[in-house]
Amino acid sequence: MQDFFQNLSQQFETFFTQFPVVFQSLNVGFLQTLKLFCTTLLGALPLGLVISFGSMSKMKVVNKITRLFVWIVRGSPLMLQLLIIYYFPGLVWHKPIWGGGEDGRFLAATVSFIINYACYFSEIFRGGIQSIPIGQYEAGQVLGLTKTQTFFRVVLLQVIKRIVPPMSNEIITLVKDTSLARIIALQEIIWAGQAFMKGSHGISGAIWPMFFTMVYYLFASGILTVLLGRLEKKLDFFKV
Amino acid sequence: MAILEVRNLHKSFGKHEVLKGISFSLEKGNVLSIIGSSGSGKTTLLRCITFLETATSGKILVDGDAIFDGESTVKPNAKMRREKQLNFGLVFQQFNLFPQYNVLNNVTLAPRLRAKEREDYKQNKKQILAEIDAKARTLLEKMGLSDKLDFYPCQLSGGQQQRVSIARAMALEPKILFFDEPTSALDPELTGEILKVIRELADEHMTMVIVTHEMTFAKEVSDYIVFMDGGVIAEEGAAKELIEHPKTERLQAFLSKISD
Repeated sequence: MQDFFQNLSQQFETFFTQFPVVFQSLNVGFLQTLKLFCTTLLGALPLGLVISFGSMSKMKVVNKITRLFVWIVRGSPLMLQLLIIYYFPGLVWHKPIWGGGEDGRFLAATVSFIINYACYFSEIFRGGIQSIPIGQYEAGQVLGLTKTQTFFRVVLLQVIKRIVPPMSNEIITLVKDTSLARIIALQEIIWAGQAFMKGSHGISGAIWPMFFTMVYYLFASGILTVLLGRLEKKLDFFKV
Repeated sequence: MAILEVRNLHKSFGKHEVLKGISFSLEKGNVLSIIGSSGSGKTTLLRCITFLETATSGKILVDGDAIFDGESTVKPNAKMRREKQLNFGLVFQQFNLFPQYNVLNNVTLAPRLRAKEREDYKQNKKQILAEIDAKARTLLEKMGLSDKLDFYPCQLSGGQQQRVSIARAMALEPKILFFDEPTSALDPELTGEILKVIRELADEHMTMVIVTHEMTFAKEVSDYIVFMDGGVIAEEGAAKELIEHPKTERLQAFLSKISD
């Protein structure tokens, strides 16, 4: 019995000495996760809009090429895309265009994520834009609005309202998908937690930091759920 | 001179010819109703005149100016087309109000955007916007909607929505107001309020073209009626005379079907 308590108190002691080290390391990893999340969102939202216009284009060539591209990107694993985008230039062209080290890995990961997510977003945008009744455009036209005015003053907010729920889904998935960048050794939070299993800062074989990474993810997705829910509520004043 | 003149208008969708040569004219201050069964081409005719569709051939003149000429090789640019469009107001069957704007802003949106193109907009901005606002309020008051100015379309009944859309169409002071089956999407008990509004506009000598299924209303409110069948005008004439003494068999058959 005494042994048990002694053991327990020892365990607590190690935990408390290890915690600050792990905490700091996980924070660094989480920062990288957040950075990847934010840059992906910033890049993929506008690129997704451009791709959606391509996939709705009346020019057959543009339309077909865009849809083929979207199919390839959505139809294959993001992890595979990460590996190809990161290693291809170096192995095939013998030109490591991404540069070395963590910055290079981050750049490659960002590019892969932006392309991948832009394709998913583009389909959501396309669905949103195409779901707006033609009557809205016609009403704009007979009232003498230009096409640009009709899009920005009449259609856009209705599109946003419609796409908030599916976009929320994608955005929360993105939080978790950032962990895929682990495959090219980007030092995001999973990488940071896993280091303590393998051995880092004199700590090895520790599984609890992995559980602890989960807290970060839950925290981030929790905040996003609340924010996106608020946005949805804010747009509740009208029906489409 | 007729305010609106349509000459030999044709429209085909692919191989299917919907309008097979339509000609009619309309005097200022008069009301013209277009009747006919579904698929007779009456909505397409309305859409061709208001530029929602481009006619295949023929001519449309407003105040003697050709605003559409099938023979013309000059392709009108977007701006020219927009100017011509503003001759007309259109009230849709499905209202097509802008859901994210309240009643007042639904009416003022287009005039406000249009005012930006005025040369004196920057100098007199406040005054111009105040005028637009006042005019919209007057129109909405006329439509009996003074107490609904800050309501959103989803909070209104179908009849109220349609009255907003009439006010919206009138805010740009069109020369001719078109109605595309304005009561077809409404419950029977709500059609009355729309017909009343149109009747009041007719009393004020607003020039109107109405596509409708309401025969009694058409007879009473219009000066002239055009009966379309299979893409042509099968019969036309003064409203009362046409409904009470139809000459062609087709119109007789149509009227007896409607009154059943």
